[in-house]
Amino acid sequence: MADIYNAFLSEAEIAGEGDGILKGVRVAVKDNISTKDIETTCASKILKGYIPPYDAHAVTLLKQAGAVIAGKTNMDEFGMGSTTENSAFGAALNPRDTTRVTGGSSGGSAAAVAGGLVPLALGSDTGGSIRCPAAWCGIVGLKPSYGRVSRFGLIAYANSFEQIGPMANNVTDTAKLFSVIAGHDVRDSTSVNKPYDFAGLKADIAGKTIGIPKEYFGEGVDEAVSETVKNAIAKLEELGAKTVEVSLPSMKYALAAYYVTCTCEASSNLDRFDGVRYGEIAPDTNMPWHDAYTKVRTAGFGDEVRRRIILGTFALSAGYYGKYYVKARHARQQIAKDFAKALTQCDLLAGPTMPNVAPKLGELTKDPLQMYQADILTVPANIAGIPAISVPCGTAHNMPVGLQIMGRMYDEETVLNAALAYEEAC
Amino acid sequence: MSEEFQVIIGLEVHCQLNTKSKLFCGCSADFRADAPNTHVCPVCLGLPGALPVLNKKAVEYALKVAKALNCTIPEEGEFCRKNYFYPDLVKAYQITMGDDPLAIGGYIEIEDDAGNPKVVNLTRIHVEEDPGRLVHMGNKERGYYTLVDYNRSGIPLIEMVTEPEMSSPKEARRLLNKLRATLEYLDVFDPEKEGSLRVDANISIKGHERVEIKNITSYKGVEKALTFEITRQKNLIRRGGRIVRETRHFQEGKGTTTSARSKETANDYRYFPEPDLPVIRVADWVKDIELPELPDARRDRFMSQYGIAVNHARTLTGDLKLAEFYEAIAEVGAALAASWTADILMGELNYRDMHVSEVAGHADQFAELITLVRDKKITDKAGVEVLRVWLDALHNEAKSEAPSAIVERLGLARESGESFRGIVEAILEKNPQAIEDHKAGKKGALNFIVGQVMKETKGKSDPREIHAMISEILGE
Repeated sequence: MADIYNAFLSEAEIAGEGDGILKGVRVAVKDNISTKDIETTCASKILKGYIPPYDAHAVTLLKQAGAVIAGKTNMDEFGMGSTTENSAFGAALNPRDTTRVTGGSSGGSAAAVAGGLVPLALGSDTGGSIRCPAAWCGIVGLKPSYGRVSRFGLIAYANSFEQIGPMANNVTDTAKLFSVIAGHDVRDSTSVNKPYDFAGLKADIAGKTIGIPKEYFGEGVDEAVSETVKNAIAKLEELGAKTVEVSLPSMKYALAAYYVTCTCEASSNLDRFDGVRYGEIAPDTNMPWHDAYTKVRTAGFGDEVRRRIILGTFALSAGYYGKYYVKARHARQQIAKDFAKALTQCDLLAGPTMPNVAPKLGELTKDPLQMYQADILTVPANIAGIPAISVPCGTAHNMPVGLQIMGRMYDEETVLNAALAYEEAC
Repeated sequence: MSEEFQVIIGLEVHCQLNTKSKLFCGCSADFRADAPNTHVCPVCLGLPGALPVLNKKAVEYALKVAKALNCTIPEEGEFCRKNYFYPDLVKAYQITMGDDPLAIGGYIEIEDDAGNPKVVNLTRIHVEEDPGRLVHMGNKERGYYTLVDYNRSGIPLIEMVTEPEMSSPKEARRLLNKLRATLEYLDVFDPEKEGSLRVDANISIKGHERVEIKNITSYKGVEKALTFEITRQKNLIRRGGRIVRETRHFQEGKGTTTSARSKETANDYRYFPEPDLPVIRVADWVKDIELPELPDARRDRFMSQYGIAVNHARTLTGDLKLAEFYEAIAEVGAALAASWTADILMGELNYRDMHVSEVAGHADQFAELITLVRDKKITDKAGVEVLRVWLDALHNEAKSEAPSAIVERLGLARESGESFRGIVEAILEKNPQAIEDHKAGKKGALNFIVGQVMKETKGKSDPREIHAMISEILGE
């Protein structure tokens, strides 16, 4: 099938040797997840030509389950973006309307699934990068609890937020893929021993209490989107769920805390790309190394990546660390506390995944601040570390809308069961 | 003049811990004999996506050191990233520890230049990873280039920072010796591995700016670099110049320091907590750590158990291998063995650039030599001669010849004074002036005669006996 959505950066057909529940199933893998012998670029010129000598843990598990690695998917460069337009290799196109963006940063994975190129894909979610394109392309995407999936082999953008997660056309396939990749890995010191049992998946929402944070229907959220999501929540009530309004007052600090921390971590993570050990852009050996590095990095990184490296470098520098990084750390703790508290009163939280539907190509990237603003409803789950899923729940402005369901730490079980209950009822 | 210049020295010491594997991956840390870039993996090469996994052994070793140096060990330690670009640093950051190190405080006891006990306080101890190694190649004609070897990348280091409390280069050297001995006793450090110790020294003249000398790689180098730097700073001050706060590099070959380019020192390391590693709770580990006997305790035991002098005890316990060597031979006579080991053997080893570990396997032969001296089978002088022959054979030919065999082969057995009477008489005859001088009451005049006899008899004669014989001949 031709890749008319520019979903793939490289295509492959590498069949895993295992004989598990994904035997023969083609799975697309986001291009920031290391794949042995398949070029892995993070959609950046600076990694063009880099062929990892090892598989990410999640990829090893896919192969052991018998999956076929179908290729590497397009994304915002290093995961920095919410549209997949910040790819050095051209934007991915939304299969529901090719004049619109897929969302990002896992836009290639979403387009590959939504466009019918593969049934399953791996994405990664740092501040919404799985859920945003899932919502905008009309598929299901799960951001797991922090630590439940090994990050070994995931090329870091913001280590303390991100997780690899499953994307699929439906909740069942999403859960099946999640069951393959979840579990402990000794090579990731932040990983936890919480495997997921696919056999336990069942449509189950009756009797659950769902908190509806009022901040998720506040200013900046499109009314038609709001309406669609409210109808979905009404559906959950019909299925026997109880809803209560909750408040997450510290959410107003979420975006600031997120962007300070992720740019700080990114600035450090991306410093290693100097062209010395890998990639096609090699340093000029006739120059002093410092100048040669500058030349490589100037040529290799796109605008948004450079912007975030500069922001993070500034925020960590002497005299500013306390003003930015330390404050953001406090805000993160406060937000996590607010979510944990809300989730003692209820089993789940629900609201829209994105404040808008997929914008036209070029519309959102014009203004970086406006683009950052689009992450307001997805970022909190990354800060709190909790699981969050986006499930298609109808349309607004003729484009798909995602219902976001968040749960308690390591309680993907309840999240997936609720999402399945909703999906089956539609 | 000199009393107006009070010298203040602080040290930052990096030692490689002798763990089997690297700090954050399973690569073998025993890389020195192997080809470049053969002890590497995605983690220590900093490949995209690779993550660090802490080698707990390294932390345990560091905790041992902290406990041995009387440090306070907080319940938790946190790794952080020190960000800077350099071609030997694969991730462009070093995983180290910042505000929450493994240990704070602590102290080391040394002797000051007058031989009095002195306590030097420690600021902190932490664990961090070693970067790779740059090898500069090429020449003027064909151009210069640099090779990078990542075998060293990720080797565990312990960094120990002292307060600026030392007041001479010799004190700094003694502190390093004490530290090395302690680490060796703890079995966490192999001082014989090349580059296993690196020192940065802060030095200032009281009332003036501080200068940092980076990356001194030998014990001797520290003393040399500091001595040079003190002279430089004093001269500058005397000429009315001003000391600038700066980093200087030590030129090992020339024994001088040169100013580092400011570009290298203007780093803002942008420290922040390492998100890939959880905070480590060490409180429980510390409880389980048992320390072996340390140098000071062993020194005190040597004095009480063997009844030897403090200077001998200190020298003998200042090196683990030496202490073990002494204990293996002490039974031939503790005091005699102490003096032969600490004074004579050490002198001969240093002269040959040998370490006690090279003779450690032949302690029985050294004991035999001391026994020959003790039982007056050979004179002291012949004993030294035998020792030299024995060491040379070990050093040059890896051959160990029994001292008794050497005595036999070279005919060095002590003979009684009577057999040398003819030689003594002949020498007296040839040196009437010395006898005159002696009779005139000139002290030491006879020593010349005794020396001549010793020379003639190849050390087989006992100088005391010869002395007595001369007196007798001269009718005194």
